[in-house]
Amino acid sequence: MSVDELVEGVLAGKRRSLARLLSLIEDEDVRAPKALSQLYRHTGRAHIVGVTGPPGSGKSTLVTQITKELRRRKKTVGIICVDPSSPFSGGALLGDRIRMQEHALDDDVYVRSMGTRGHLGGLARSTAEAVRAVDAFGKDVILVETVGAGQSEVEIIELAHTVVVTDVPGSGDDIQAIKAGIMEIADIFVVNKSDLEGAERKGAEINAMLETDIREKPWRPPVLLTNARTGEGVAELVDKISEHISCLRDSGLLEERGLQRSRDELEQMMEYKLTHQLLTELRGRPEYNEAIVRIAKRNEDPYTVAEKLVMDFLLKYREDAG
Amino acid sequence: MVTLAIESLYISTRGSPVSNPKRGGSLNSTKKIRVLVAKPGLDGHDRGAKVVARALRDAGMEVIYTGLRQTPEMIVRAAIDESVDCIGLSILSGAHMALFPKVMELLKKEDADDILVVGGGIIPEDDVPGLKKTGIAEIFGPGTPLESIIEYIQSHVRT
Amino acid sequence: MDDLERLRKGEKRWTESTLGKALRTHPERIEEFKTISGVPLKRFYTPTDVSSLEYESDLGFPGEFPYTRGVQPTMYRGRLWTMRQYSGFATAKETNERFRFLLEQGQTGLSVAFDLPTQIGYDSDNELARGEVGKVGVAIDTLSDMEVLFHSIPLDKVSTSMTINAPASVLLAMYIAVAEKQGVPMNKLRGTIQNDILKEFVARGTYIFPPAPSMRLITDIFAFCGEHLPLFNTISISGYHIREAGSTAIQEVAFTIANGIAYVEAAMKAGLDVDAFAPRLSFFFGSHSDFFEEVAKFRAARRLWARIMKGHFGAKEERSLMMRFHTQTAGCTLTAQQPDNNVVRVTLQALQAVLGGTQSLHTNSRDEALSLPTRDSVQIALRTQQIIAHESGVADTIDPLAGSYFIESLTNEIETGALKYIKEIDSMGGSPNAIERGYIQREIHESAYEFQRDVDRKRRIVVGVNEFIADETQTFDYLKVDPKSEEEQISRLMKVRDTRNEQDVEEALDLLRAASEGSENLMPAILAAVKVYATLGEICGVLRSVFGEYKAPDIL
Ligand SMILES: Nc1nc2c(ncn2[C@@H]2O[C@H](COP(=O)(O)OP(=O)(O)OP(=O)(O)O)[C@@H](O)[C@H]2O)c(=O)[nH]1
Ligand SMILES: [Mg+2]
Repeated sequence: MSVDELVEGVLAGKRRSLARLLSLIEDEDVRAPKALSQLYRHTGRAHIVGVTGPPGSGKSTLVTQITKELRRRKKTVGIICVDPSSPFSGGALLGDRIRMQEHALDDDVYVRSMGTRGHLGGLARSTAEAVRAVDAFGKDVILVETVGAGQSEVEIIELAHTVVVTDVPGSGDDIQAIKAGIMEIADIFVVNKSDLEGAERKGAEINAMLETDIREKPWRPPVLLTNARTGEGVAELVDKISEHISCLRDSGLLEERGLQRSRDELEQMMEYKLTHQLLTELRGRPEYNEAIVRIAKRNEDPYTVAEKLVMDFLLKYREDAG
Repeated sequence: MVTLAIESLYISTRGSPVSNPKRGGSLNSTKKIRVLVAKPGLDGHDRGAKVVARALRDAGMEVIYTGLRQTPEMIVRAAIDESVDCIGLSILSGAHMALFPKVMELLKKEDADDILVVGGGIIPEDDVPGLKKTGIAEIFGPGTPLESIIEYIQSHVRT
Repeated sequence: MDDLERLRKGEKRWTESTLGKALRTHPERIEEFKTISGVPLKRFYTPTDVSSLEYESDLGFPGEFPYTRGVQPTMYRGRLWTMRQYSGFATAKETNERFRFLLEQGQTGLSVAFDLPTQIGYDSDNELARGEVGKVGVAIDTLSDMEVLFHSIPLDKVSTSMTINAPASVLLAMYIAVAEKQGVPMNKLRGTIQNDILKEFVARGTYIFPPAPSMRLITDIFAFCGEHLPLFNTISISGYHIREAGSTAIQEVAFTIANGIAYVEAAMKAGLDVDAFAPRLSFFFGSHSDFFEEVAKFRAARRLWARIMKGHFGAKEERSLMMRFHTQTAGCTLTAQQPDNNVVRVTLQALQAVLGGTQSLHTNSRDEALSLPTRDSVQIALRTQQIIAHESGVADTIDPLAGSYFIESLTNEIETGALKYIKEIDSMGGSPNAIERGYIQREIHESAYEFQRDVDRKRRIVVGVNEFIADETQTFDYLKVDPKSEEEQISRLMKVRDTRNEQDVEEALDLLRAASEGSENLMPAILAAVKVYATLGEICGVLRSVFGEYKAPDIL
């Protein structure tokens, strides 16, 4: 399939085209960025919602329930679930889909599983691009379930407009963990498995912890109780999810974040391009390798050499341009 | 920070952009075989399916397991959405002659019959030729070593 | 110096001199010997290995606590075990014919296998039943099928075991209704329903409802049968499927007993007195391929259950303490390769079960790794039991392996290992919680994976599979279920739907709905519904709509 066909297919809403594109993205195929660059102007419309939280806290089940509620509200839904790849074999067991059977045949729901393929931070390296593709495909809401290792899953805030952090009733030991990190990323807290003992208490503990944050903010994260098995509390959760995006929009934060993201992305790409071009030019040249040897032998220092090489590179381009 | 790519150049925020020569270099450098392990029908014996899923994972494949009681429609939809290279079907209830061909038929209808389909479970030898005729590539009977299944998939998926 | 001390010294001397010398010239076949479940094996066993054994409290006498030696005082000298071959396929009519054949051949009890749609509460014309009707057992949609199934079989004379779980109440109700038509009152009925939903969640997969309403259906059956069917086994708490799913022997005992504990707790919580229902609890184990380990397993399970029922639940009735069990030879050990070899496997496994004191036994047929068994194969399987019973002499002495240092030591080891698991499960809040967390499933899966890898690496030899392989083409005459039987069954169902009184059905289903929304015993409402020919699918449909459906925590 050519890039153009792929793009056409995605825009026409063909699942197979989207599926193919997602594979190209995951496999880091050269065609992926070409297709994405064509699709770019069709993106930016979906509401991206991250769902993160400890393993087994019911993320997948909750995602299914959220989907059900969104479908009731006539929204189309894309779901991307990330599971860890084995560091030993590189393979992965992608099991989140098991919980999403209810929507297995709904044409307005698209589910895709991804392995982290060695990437840390709760997502796969290509999750952001996968989301972009699903966005271009035209889904109203894209739900992203992170790995759920429970720690340092901060990448999701860069990607999602709204982050839902799930937790379950229990000891309360994890309140410390929440305090330490996850608190910063949550737009909405969910105490799932509200049918189990201690859900209210857990909710109160999280609320109490939120009280200690006295910074002025347009949005104060609400704490909700849900039972993802039955769907109890999910309508409220979906209400809050849409309230959150409205709040971002009204407060101007959405636009601000959008600009920030575009800047980050652009700068990242430029940084990459520059570095790549510079290094492509230098590598393989004998004098470059000689310089490295001299640095290693302490005949020269890396500070001076780096400065000189970069300046030469830039000057050469200025001359070329001039 | 989220990473995005342009052309073949991929950025990792951890580590130098070109630190991994494998990445961004050759085509399909991080290609992984994706397999859907599915149990069509109503039988709940998933020991074999799960053991195979695990073995494929340990052989470096990405395995999507969808649980019990899958209809052919669900299996085909999942296979397409997940862009799998291979579908492994397991049935122990004797319903294979009804359900395996149905899966093949739907794959054809969706123009997805380039996906390698293999089967396993309790399948009498007499039934194998008929199943192969519908497009099932191979049937792995009881006692097949995991290694043979892995090798078969590795050497037969489309590339 | 006491005797044991002397023995230990003797063994040390032997190890250093005699053994040492032998090993230098004749090293052993493998470095480490283990049972198939991974229990490390010593070269041989001596009194030092069973020094803690107290004869009276650990072994006792046959028919007495802790029942290590068997649950009856005379065991097989009084009555042989029940030879009960599980069967059922296609339509009720064909299964009825097979039943009558088996009874003529000297089989002493019936065992019904149902097809998957029946086990999951779907009628034969349900979309999801496509291709499955009559495949692994007989299809039962309405009372009319049940009438055919037991046609000309006097239900006051046979005992019938039904492998049915999630919809057990419905099939039991149909059985009661058929008996009534034959003029046999409920209190004369003998048999067993499997009714063990917890192992469906962990190992077998034919569940319908979530745990809480499932447990309610089960305790309703306990209560109803306690009152009306005093001779019926209300549950068969099954380790068989746990073992088939890949567990070890210790796990099989542990998870089965942990499930048993959960049922006892649920029934007591529902207000039943332990001695009112515990005498009717029965068990079901597999007989796998490690000979001594299996014999020890049966003995250990019996002892452990008796100790728990007495010590933990305070049961007083003798029958409440007895673990009575059915055994089936392990289906997963059958090979598709050189299928005649399976006859030998089954013989050994059947022998283990008898030496372990089983109450009834199913011997697998040689072709079951490939399909449903043919009549000839079923006959050989039954003859195997008859040879063991009547020719080998093993049935004439009670618990003949007792006192073997090895057997007693292994019995201890299995009991201790299982108890450790049970405590672990208890600390998670009991087996329903442990299942919920996927703990039990994961443990089983780990063992299954390990085992398969051992076979692949030839650390375990399976004759005909990874060693002693023969070139062969299958020459078996398989029993094939005629695809037409699905159509036939569906048209039978249509006919029943056309001829019954719809209004009666609707009323009965409404009453059932009301009952299931409340908390009364559901058996009477189900019985009333089957009698007016409401279908299994309709009855389960009502319960599905009230109770919801179970979603497995599928752990990989
Ligand atoms: N009792 C109860 N169980 C729930 C609830 N939500 C989910 N579960 C169960 O919790 C288990 C784990 O649910 P998942 O949805 O797979 O959890 P997860 O967070 O996606 O798990 P990972 O992806 O493995 O990290 C399943 O058995 C669910 O059925 C709930 O609200 N109440
Ligand atoms: Mg999940």
